[in-house]
Amino acid sequence: MIRLFGSNEVLFILAGIQWTLLLSLIAFIGGGVVGLIIALSRTSTLAPLRAIAAGYIDFFQGTPLLMQLFLVFYGMPVFGVKVSPWTAVTIGLTLHASAFLGEIWRGGIQAVPRGQTEAARALGLRYASRMRDIVLPQALRLSIAPTVGFLVQLIKGTSLASIVGFVELSRSAQIVASTTYKPLLAYGLAALLYFVICFPLSRFSLRLEQRFAAKT
Amino acid sequence: MTYKFDFAVLAPYWEMFLRGCWQTISLAAIAVVLGLVIGIVAMLAKRSPIRAVRLFATSYIEVIRNTPFLVQVMFIFFGLPTLGISLSPWTAAILALSLNCGAFAAEIIRGGVEAISKGQVEAGTALGLKPLQIFRFIVLKPALRIIFPALSGQFILVLLTTSIVSSISAEELASISQSIDAETFRSFEVYAVATGLYFGLSLIFSTAFKAINRIYFSYPVR
Repeated sequence: MIRLFGSNEVLFILAGIQWTLLLSLIAFIGGGVVGLIIALSRTSTLAPLRAIAAGYIDFFQGTPLLMQLFLVFYGMPVFGVKVSPWTAVTIGLTLHASAFLGEIWRGGIQAVPRGQTEAARALGLRYASRMRDIVLPQALRLSIAPTVGFLVQLIKGTSLASIVGFVELSRSAQIVASTTYKPLLAYGLAALLYFVICFPLSRFSLRLEQRFAAKT
Repeated sequence: MTYKFDFAVLAPYWEMFLRGCWQTISLAAIAVVLGLVIGIVAMLAKRSPIRAVRLFATSYIEVIRNTPFLVQVMFIFFGLPTLGISLSPWTAAILALSLNCGAFAAEIIRGGVEAISKGQVEAGTALGLKPLQIFRFIVLKPALRIIFPALSGQFILVLLTTSIVSSISAEELASISQSIDAETFRSFEVYAVATGLYFGLSLIFSTAFKAINRIYFSYPVR
């Protein structure tokens, strides 16, 4: 039966937003925690640790997000862990985000002048304190614009969760498109909603970038 | 129960995987070439003196950059037929990828063009270079040099993005992997191989681009 594109359909698509946002938020926070470890390993003085982190980043930046999600979704049961699409997608997006954030923050850490680390060392600060109190605050400030830029990419990336079968904004638009035979409206509305979320973030990222460029 | 990996069942499908790689490369190459053309036009339109043209170009660039590619490709493939424009999956995939690439390319090219200062062109004229020589040596090559790393990054990005057109069943590596998966029921192995192939492709291309950058664009600037 063909359904009409009424307020129910609009509400159904709108309800998808919360899952898109929740997924983005979890992946961003989880990815941030793992990404910090990656960034620290990537800039570590231990060569093997640096190599592992570099390989990790290269892998996630050199393969499609869709394949990464498939690998987690089909791979975890292989290792004896049964997962729902929700868990698989969350883990996949978290790993994906950690590699990209790790690379962005590595750039930030390396952009902090060497003298800062050397001065901290001369003052007798240990690694943890050097990083926490001296390097990271400056590095994160330097990387804030690209970090927000990546958040936009991540929000758009959550749309791929729909291919694994998780119902978020894109999937709910797909469902409405196929029940109402109004794909133009359904996908148009979904695109509009993504735009409303992403455009202000993109602008914000650009403003941060310009403000920083003007300062230096 | 432990799972037994079985990559051997995939051996007879090597030709399909190879075809998928080739289709993925072709899709990316066509999309990047068309995307560059669209990008140049969009960049010029954004600098147009006519306000409506500027507004149109800006909206195009911002809408594409701030919506997911999946929704774009669905909109084109499932949405356009209701307006009477029916496209084959492959055509829809090329259209969506080119439009997507064009919006990102426009911003990259703008960066390159804005980096060439007027004074340099004037210096070329003062040295008695012909207009064509000025364009080639003073505008084109330095601009290309500046944007080349970003453009090659964009190519890799498009190469990886092509996997999403499997959702409209346009034939390329990801959709071929899905059909092999449907025949063999070896999901993990199939996608592991596909992921490895994508990784190999992006490694090959990024190495090649780095070499081109080193050989062709390494001359003293300052």
